Amino acid sequence: MIEFENVAYSYGGAELFSQVSLTLAAGSFHFLTGPSGAGKTTLLKLCYGALQATAGHVRLFGDDAATMDRDAVALSRRRIGVVHQDCQFLDHLSVTDNIALPLTVSGRESEAVGNLEDLIGWVGLRGQAAQLPPELSGGERQRAALARAVIMSPDVIVADEPTGNVDWEMSQRLLTLLIELNRMGKTVIIATHDMNLIRTAKSQVSTRVLRLKDQRLMQAGVEL
Amino acid sequence: MKVDLARLFDLIAGDPQADRAVPPTGFTARLTLFTAGSMAFLAVFAMALSLATGRLADRWSAELARTSTLRISAPADQADAQLRAAITVLETTPGVAAARPLTADEQRALLAPWFGPDLPIEDLPIPQLIEIIEEGDGYDPTGLRARLQAEVPGAVLDDHNRWREPLVAAANRLRALGWLAIILIAGSTGAMITLAAQAALAANAQVIRVMRLVGARDIYIAGAFVRRFTLRALTGAAIGTLLGMFAIWLLPSTDVAGGFLTGLGFQGWHWLWPLVIPPLAAAVAFVATRAAALGTLKEQP
Repeated sequence: MIEFENVAYSYGGAELFSQVSLTLAAGSFHFLTGPSGAGKTTLLKLCYGALQATAGHVRLFGDDAATMDRDAVALSRRRIGVVHQDCQFLDHLSVTDNIALPLTVSGRESEAVGNLEDLIGWVGLRGQAAQLPPELSGGERQRAALARAVIMSPDVIVADEPTGNVDWEMSQRLLTLLIELNRMGKTVIIATHDMNLIRTAKSQVSTRVLRLKDQRLMQAGVEL
Repeated sequence: MKVDLARLFDLIAGDPQADRAVPPTGFTARLTLFTAGSMAFLAVFAMALSLATGRLADRWSAELARTSTLRISAPADQADAQLRAAITVLETTPGVAAARPLTADEQRALLAPWFGPDLPIEDLPIPQLIEIIEEGDGYDPTGLRARLQAEVPGAVLDDHNRWREPLVAAANRLRALGWLAIILIAGSTGAMITLAAQAALAANAQVIRVMRLVGARDIYIAGAFVRRFTLRALTGAAIGTLLGMFAIWLLPSTDVAGGFLTGLGFQGWHWLWPLVIPPLAAAVAFVATRAAALGTLKEQP
């Protein structure tokens, strides 16, 4: 799905990380941890083509991200659902319209009928479907963002601190949704500081925990 | 052509979903409408000026090029003899269709702007004027002057070239300036609409971020802005054009007041010319907004 080969990223002359090699295989479940400022969000952005590596190769579904044009990046994002900690919506559209936005921009609005209602029910937002995003609580926004991320039935789900702004109960609920998606065959990568979340996930699904530290990506203390 | 028409239809019909995704921004909408309207209003006047000066240049060229004047200054006792001799010379000159002495009334009318209508022309030593109408390629002025010098010593031939050419040149330059003004107006409109589009894009930065995040292609995002600005420019320019045409229509007619300025307007099918302005403004807006939108989007991840 997504491959990193000796990837480095520098910002303003300072190297954030380097020599990162990683493969997100189909159906895998990854956690990405590390101290603040280590580059977790940057690494996730490389996963969906929002940034370009300063060295090495990032391959999105087999294509080198460095050689993809903007249209190709846009099309690859339809296969990658993204959930941010500060999930952004179109505030003038209803929750339903926001969740359906990926279908809208890809000209597949007709697929929203039926599927959309089921999805809104799955994330528990039936009562908020007609509301505007600013009227939602933090947890409701995260669930709406998750629903938007999966409505296109993407191959990969990238979540950046998805539980950062919600209470424990809501974080467990979001994790359950992500595990369900993984069981459906989706590749999941979650950046988080929350070790309890990782422990809970490990008890339910096979996960791989990656750590970004000292400019290197490691697994179980071994540099990747 | 079919493809172009289909694209034009798509542009007008638009994508309601894409339009809904981009919220309208009141300030830029008003700015675009006002700019397009006022520029179209000015363009109507520039076009009217250009067409009027064009007509003037054509008229001066055509009328003055086909006529000339012979002036005979002779003592009173020789005036009739010199007039007859001049007519004889002119009637036998190839390229001269007709030669006609101006009557006393016609000469009085020519002098009336300077001396008033009651000038006792018969009592004054005023030269006799002969109007010469040319045919075909016209006469040979050098040859005619030589014959007149020999046979009518008091005759001076004025073929109008001396003052016709600068007048026609001036009218042609005015016409060119009118078209230049239209080009400048189109450029200014494009610049203003570009600024308005960039303001709208900046105001909708979050909308663009979200749409990119969910896989929207640049052309899809730009399309919502382009269609909106194109239609606004078309609407504003249509209003401005109609107001401009109405203002031109209100100008006094040539028959009432006479003179060049009152002829500043459209005649006959030339009234259709201003109808080109709204689609032109829409085309300018389309190109300007598309370039601004795609340029801005390229700067975003």
